[in-house]
Amino acid sequence: MGLTHTEKLLAAHTVSGEALAGNLIQARVDLVMCHEVTTPPAIQMLADHGLHGVFDPDRIVVTPDHFVPSKDIESAELARDLRKWVQENGIKHYYELGRHGICHALLPEQGHIIPGQTVVGGDSHSCTYGAFGVFSTGVGSTDLAAVLYTGELWFKVPESIKVTIVGQLPDGVYSKDIVLELISRLGVDGARYQALEYHGETLGQLSMEARMTITNMAIEAGAKSAVMTVDQVTHDYLKGRAKENDWVEYSADDDAQYVREITVDVSHLAPLVATPGQPSNGQTIASLKSDDLVPVDQVYIGSCTNGRIEDLRVVASIMKGRRIATGLRAIIVPATSTVWKQAHDEGLFNIFYEAGCVVSTATCGACLGGYMGVLASGEVCVSTTNRNFSGRMGHKDALVFLVSPATAAATAVSGKIADPRDYL
Amino acid sequence: MQGRVHLFKRDHINTDEIISARYLNVHDEATLAEHAMEVIDPEFVKRVQAGDMLVAGENFGCGSSREHAIWALRGAGVQAVLADSFARIFYRNAVNNAFQIMEIPGISAQVQDGDELEIDIEKGLVTNRSQNKTYSFPPHSPFLQGIYAAGGLLKNIAANAGRRKVKK
Repeated sequence: MGLTHTEKLLAAHTVSGEALAGNLIQARVDLVMCHEVTTPPAIQMLADHGLHGVFDPDRIVVTPDHFVPSKDIESAELARDLRKWVQENGIKHYYELGRHGICHALLPEQGHIIPGQTVVGGDSHSCTYGAFGVFSTGVGSTDLAAVLYTGELWFKVPESIKVTIVGQLPDGVYSKDIVLELISRLGVDGARYQALEYHGETLGQLSMEARMTITNMAIEAGAKSAVMTVDQVTHDYLKGRAKENDWVEYSADDDAQYVREITVDVSHLAPLVATPGQPSNGQTIASLKSDDLVPVDQVYIGSCTNGRIEDLRVVASIMKGRRIATGLRAIIVPATSTVWKQAHDEGLFNIFYEAGCVVSTATCGACLGGYMGVLASGEVCVSTTNRNFSGRMGHKDALVFLVSPATAAATAVSGKIADPRDYL
Repeated sequence: MQGRVHLFKRDHINTDEIISARYLNVHDEATLAEHAMEVIDPEFVKRVQAGDMLVAGENFGCGSSREHAIWALRGAGVQAVLADSFARIFYRNAVNNAFQIMEIPGISAQVQDGDELEIDIEKGLVTNRSQNKTYSFPPHSPFLQGIYAAGGLLKNIAANAGRRKVKK
């Protein structure tokens, strides 16, 4: 019987047990991602249990991102505790403000993610890294503490769902629309405890940045992890970021056993909007009810899902020479310091300024209702982020619609949810 | 263990609803507990008493990896959560904290708010004293039982680290 991509990745790291779907195993972890919200509790737990030191300071990558530059005293103390721990343990991959970024955009950008790894992060969107042919999953603070100390973790080897994406992606339709379509079909728990393994010709048309938008939102279908096969696009992205051929490439056997197979044909896909409540509420703009076509108060462009340079270029191409609608505010948050610099150098900030937008430093910010654009009751936000749960971006009675960066930009200009194909 | 039910008869209750991200600037249980389940029911923390239990629908705890969700519930006095099913990170976090969770398909449709439950973890049996009904659940695997028995994953690791030290 053949093995899935996920089983092969875990098998290559298994310390005890057998890496077949359904089994519990103990596995080595190659890389651990830490940020300032979930790592300080892990640091405290380790100290409370008399567990000192880390398994390997060079296999830990740390960046403050959620509430930085610190939004209040408590957040400042979390960031301080993280910094102190980094110094005490000789962790050199630490990205201080000025070089920091939203973790899931930063780690791949800086070449820390290479094919064949096992990665865990103290953040649910750690599934993002699977775009590089790695096994990667999000964990809580106790798991994080355990892996920081031992370099290993227990895993239940997940069953896999084979997702095949076919067809030529139409103009004005993006990878965000693909993943919103997929989640709408799976439902928010359709991949619970399972891995999503992506195949299909369409992936070859997508950049690594676009692919990461798809793997990023695997958790929104309940998935444990997501994985794509390494190809020339992956190699081109890694060139200059990671040591060439310093990695191992795995792929699923042809006769691998999947729990389910889904095909998404994107050739007739239209831009999608996930209406408030669940990321699985995707529907086309044409099918929105009049209730949903109310004036928008805020457009938010950023996050680990859609705050990369290609996203900002698409936004700028739509906003160039246009103004955002009166009564609407648009907040643009480049995902990393490098993305900020690129956007600056390419003249995008000027376009954003002329259009009437505000541009921030990299932060998770308002995606999770932290700061930099938290919503008041009754407000409507159209956002490129990943969750539209009640209360996620601020008041529980605020409404969040999830869209692609292009749809967000078109909406900012129009004042109501708008089809980006009318603005290209 | 015995306790009174707070029924949240809904699927996909997410971690933002259990503890909103704006409170993640701290991680002590008592402070987090003041805001447990606030988005869904701001009165919950006033009603909940030590030893109470939560019953919910499918996919409880979906969304963020924040372990603060467990700490907020435990800090508020909740001693167990029974759900039709759990999201996987919440499930792991519960096990790692030795916080009692029982996955019982259909439980949210069978239990009423305020019911008194008695749970026998070893037998995998919930007795509803208010309705004279019982519900069974499969016991955790021996591996997970080991984590519960140790009082959590880190206690388990600390115990083994201690043994390693003695060996040296």
